[in-house]
Amino acid sequence: MPERVGVYICHCGSNIAGKIDIEKLAGFAEKLDNVALVRDYKFMCSDPGQNLIQSDLEAGLIDRVVVASCSPLMHENTFRKVCERSGVNPYLFTMTNIREQCSWVHIDEASSTEKAMDLLAASVRRAVYLEPLEKREVAINPRTLVIGGGIAGIQAALDLAEAGKEVVLVEREPSIGGHMAKFDKTFPTLDCAACILTPRMVQIGQHANIHLMSYAEVEEINGYVGNFNIKVRQKARYVDADLCNGCGMCWEKCPGTRVPRKGNVHEKLSLGPTSSIYMPFMQAIPAIPVIDRESCLYFQKGKCRICEQVCERNAINYDMEDSFEEFEVGNIIIATGFQPFDPSVIKRYGYGTLPNVLTSVEFEIMNCASGSTGGKILKADGTEPKSIGIVHCVGSRDKHYHEYCSRVCCMYALKFAHLIKEKTDAEVYNFYIDLRCFGKGYEEFYDRLLGEDVRFIRGKVGEISRWVAEEDEKDQLIVRVEDTLVGAVRRIPLDMVVLCTALEKQDGLDRVAKMCSVSVGKDGFIIEKHPKLGPVSTATDGVFIVGVAQSPKDIPDTVAQASAASSAVLSMITREKIEIEAATAEIIEEKCSGCRICNNLCPYLAINFDEEKKVSIINEALCKGCGTCVAACPSNAITAKHFNDKQIFAEIEGLLSAR
Amino acid sequence: MLKKEIVYESTLDHDFLEEIYSLPGGHEIKKCIQCGTCSGSCPTSHVMDHAPRKIFSLIRAGFREEVLDSNTIWFCSSCYTCSVRCPKEIKITDVMYALKRLAIKEGKTKGKKAVVLSKNFVKLVNKYGRNHETELMTRYIIQAELFNAFKFIPQGWKLFSKGRLPLFPHKIKNIDQLRKILKKVDELGEI
Amino acid sequence: MKYTYYPGCSVKATANLYQESIDAISPILGLELEELEDWNCCGATAYMSVKELMSFAISARNLALAEPFHRDVVTPCSACYLVLNKTNQYFTEYPDLRKKLGQALEAGGLSYSGNIRVRHILDVLFNDVGPEKISSLVKKRLDGLRVAPYYGCQIVRPEMGFDDPDDPQSMDRLIESLGATSVEYPLKTKCCGASLMGTEEDLALRLCCELLTGAESAGAHCIVTLCPLCQMNLDVYQSKVNRLCRMKHNIPVLYITQLIGIALGLPSKDLGLDKLAVKLTKPVKEILQGA
Repeated sequence: MPERVGVYICHCGSNIAGKIDIEKLAGFAEKLDNVALVRDYKFMCSDPGQNLIQSDLEAGLIDRVVVASCSPLMHENTFRKVCERSGVNPYLFTMTNIREQCSWVHIDEASSTEKAMDLLAASVRRAVYLEPLEKREVAINPRTLVIGGGIAGIQAALDLAEAGKEVVLVEREPSIGGHMAKFDKTFPTLDCAACILTPRMVQIGQHANIHLMSYAEVEEINGYVGNFNIKVRQKARYVDADLCNGCGMCWEKCPGTRVPRKGNVHEKLSLGPTSSIYMPFMQAIPAIPVIDRESCLYFQKGKCRICEQVCERNAINYDMEDSFEEFEVGNIIIATGFQPFDPSVIKRYGYGTLPNVLTSVEFEIMNCASGSTGGKILKADGTEPKSIGIVHCVGSRDKHYHEYCSRVCCMYALKFAHLIKEKTDAEVYNFYIDLRCFGKGYEEFYDRLLGEDVRFIRGKVGEISRWVAEEDEKDQLIVRVEDTLVGAVRRIPLDMVVLCTALEKQDGLDRVAKMCSVSVGKDGFIIEKHPKLGPVSTATDGVFIVGVAQSPKDIPDTVAQASAASSAVLSMITREKIEIEAATAEIIEEKCSGCRICNNLCPYLAINFDEEKKVSIINEALCKGCGTCVAACPSNAITAKHFNDKQIFAEIEGLLSAR
Repeated sequence: MLKKEIVYESTLDHDFLEEIYSLPGGHEIKKCIQCGTCSGSCPTSHVMDHAPRKIFSLIRAGFREEVLDSNTIWFCSSCYTCSVRCPKEIKITDVMYALKRLAIKEGKTKGKKAVVLSKNFVKLVNKYGRNHETELMTRYIIQAELFNAFKFIPQGWKLFSKGRLPLFPHKIKNIDQLRKILKKVDELGEI
Repeated sequence: MKYTYYPGCSVKATANLYQESIDAISPILGLELEELEDWNCCGATAYMSVKELMSFAISARNLALAEPFHRDVVTPCSACYLVLNKTNQYFTEYPDLRKKLGQALEAGGLSYSGNIRVRHILDVLFNDVGPEKISSLVKKRLDGLRVAPYYGCQIVRPEMGFDDPDDPQSMDRLIESLGATSVEYPLKTKCCGASLMGTEEDLALRLCCELLTGAESAGAHCIVTLCPLCQMNLDVYQSKVNRLCRMKHNIPVLYITQLIGIALGLPSKDLGLDKLAVKLTKPVKEILQGA
């Protein structure tokens, strides 16, 4: 008995039906070879839609299913499950994308319908040659790797650890804490950042389920969901973590200077000690210093060793070398955070050339009570500024730099304005394009600031210069801006300007993304599985993203995402096993010449060479069925299951003979 | 100037945006976010009827007359500061040129001295193949500044006495070739 | 180093002193500038305000004439530099424009394929000759001379890529290679008013006044520029600026090529220095003589 294909056409509300003549498409499908029945429905993915397929399969009317609807990324799994429920192998189903590839992208209904007909004919022909495949299961290692120890990684690690699961937290810097550890206050509630962050950092350091690797970087990631092999480089601190008790003698006596001691207030900005052996800030976790080789007199000139002499615990070890640690995890959470945009490329804002032009991160450090100014807002010469401008959107919403909105600048700019008003008598100007105060309590915070006599000027600053035109502008920074609400160009002399710089993808994020086989968008951030329904998942099973690794966001959103990701990981771990894709590549050993061309081509490192048999073998757990090896094999020894030659040729024939 | 009364929709020209949009260089103006970088950077915006940013909002709202009548377009010195700074990469200077041409086409040139200068410039280039600064200024003064003619004397004399103002124009040899090219452009029609 | 030279109309008239100094220094610097035969006006800003396609067409004629020589076109005029470059750029960017320009040129028996690079003489002096070579050729070091480097608009904007649109450095480096000091001049790329000097004189005079004040308050002995219109506005109109703004500016405005010529030890008559409206002031003369 020949194969009987059931064709199901989805209207997707008006998404498809609005641009494709469904009746015509159905009529066309009915005439195709092997088609046993054609049905259309408003939403195939809905319960009644799925039931249509299920009842036809159960009644034995059809044995293969073609659904013409949206992208397989959306609903392939949905319809495969329907087949399973109906006792039919899910690989006897195939999908035709008539939404993203037809109705959404074509203006003309006639041509859109014609293209849908072609694609559907191809799918039907392919469906005839589909073969049942068996899914396999793999076990999930309950340990999780968290990359990045800012607030995102801290929250995710604690959630998992509290649930009794092991976590390895890898942080590149000498201490965890990330950017948040540099902040004095956080918007909109103005809680002290240290007060809410430090206890969590301590918890990380002490938690029995958390293995913290600070001053370390992930070097290699191999494997697949449930079974990743991780290699981490532990960078040499030159201080023995087991011996050091964090007494501080070393950095008190160290003559080296990581941060210049002689410079002006702004050049000397620092949170921790300015010496070469240092802690990034005093609440650092782990509370162990590290030697900065670049400025250390011993490493640079071969003489000094003062820290070694003063250390009563003999913890200094100049011979320490980078070491490596390898371990396995089941899931990975990428929480790498952001780096601030470098505004010196915008010459007209004078950062790096004009004094008293600061970035927001520098201004945060200046406000931090434990920083080098003791939380005082000071000009480079050490005096208190009488007027400060805060420039929004520096590097954000700008096609020359980053087109996206960095989402946090409006709110921290308001916070800055408040802190300035609280600590000084300075006039504060906020230069903004739009004030985006969208979160809980944000608009209320703006309202509060309006009452604090902060001057708001709607206009993006044209330039900051020292072009003095009048006596009262002398020795000041001149901001030239259009006050767009008034409709006048203004020159405003200021003592200090803070640039609200964009949040950029973290340096090295591309490398992490590549190791995890996830892709980054044109803005450099990692692409999530679905912007609405899968914001913390990625296209790679077992790899999750949190915080700015996905896109710029504030602390509340980051923490929410961290908990979401840890809950997703927990659900994986609790399942203990996961099904993996059956559509993999397969090597026919008799045909394999052992040339090994495929071994190096495989982007997932899924192909190894069997030295005994002298043939290549595919690790099916790693294989994603991408087909690279299939195309490359000179002996035609590799076939892609679910995409074998017969199926693909049938599909092409269907496409070409459709009309 | 904007009328100091409620503006009725019927008085606005909502096709104006599309008209500008289809001009060369006009493509991006729909994307303007009214940030004011252009006006804040413009060396002459303070003397304009409407600063460049406002010109864009007037275009979008359909204030056709206000835009084409304004002195804004004639105060643009083509310094391109707005163009290189615009965060949306709108070619603002090109849009100003397009508006100048549209204003000339529609005869909105009364009292616009820059039009006299530009038109005479074009005449001279078409005639000689090159500009002749002496003749250009003479024509301009006669047509636009006759009653102020004396104010041009000191600088004119300065240039002349220093040997920087040649009396006779230089005509290119192959002026016919240039004219053939221009004639062809005329047949093809402007962009 | 051989180039096709496109002087532009101003350089043949009001800026003839620019031409004289270029003629004087080129052989010493090893620059061979062969003038493009029968070139025509680039169109400047004025033509573009009236007719767009025609403006591109007359500009393109020059490019078409230059193409057979397969050499970079060099111009000393910022407006010519901008217009020729813009024509080149739009010719490649907009296929519709390219097609029409092709037809127009064909009517004149010409063709153009877009393979000419148009460069400003500052670009050539800085990148092809270089401050090191110029420094090595200097006969009279200009020690003590404080110079305000004034670039103006159309050489750095819209971005042509050879220097920064807000904070260019190439001319600063050239000035320093002569032994002079390039002062911090925040107005180095601000507008002089350009052709508005003809039509909106008061406005242009005020813009020039800002430039002159800025240079003087930076302690400059002279301004150095590279654009015929900038030089004329700041030099020839300086007395008028003073009258309108009630100032007493007295600051010479030289072309960069004139300053280089002085340092190379060339006599001032070869450099067109006698054609400056604002004569070299006493402190400048002293430094130059002492040099």
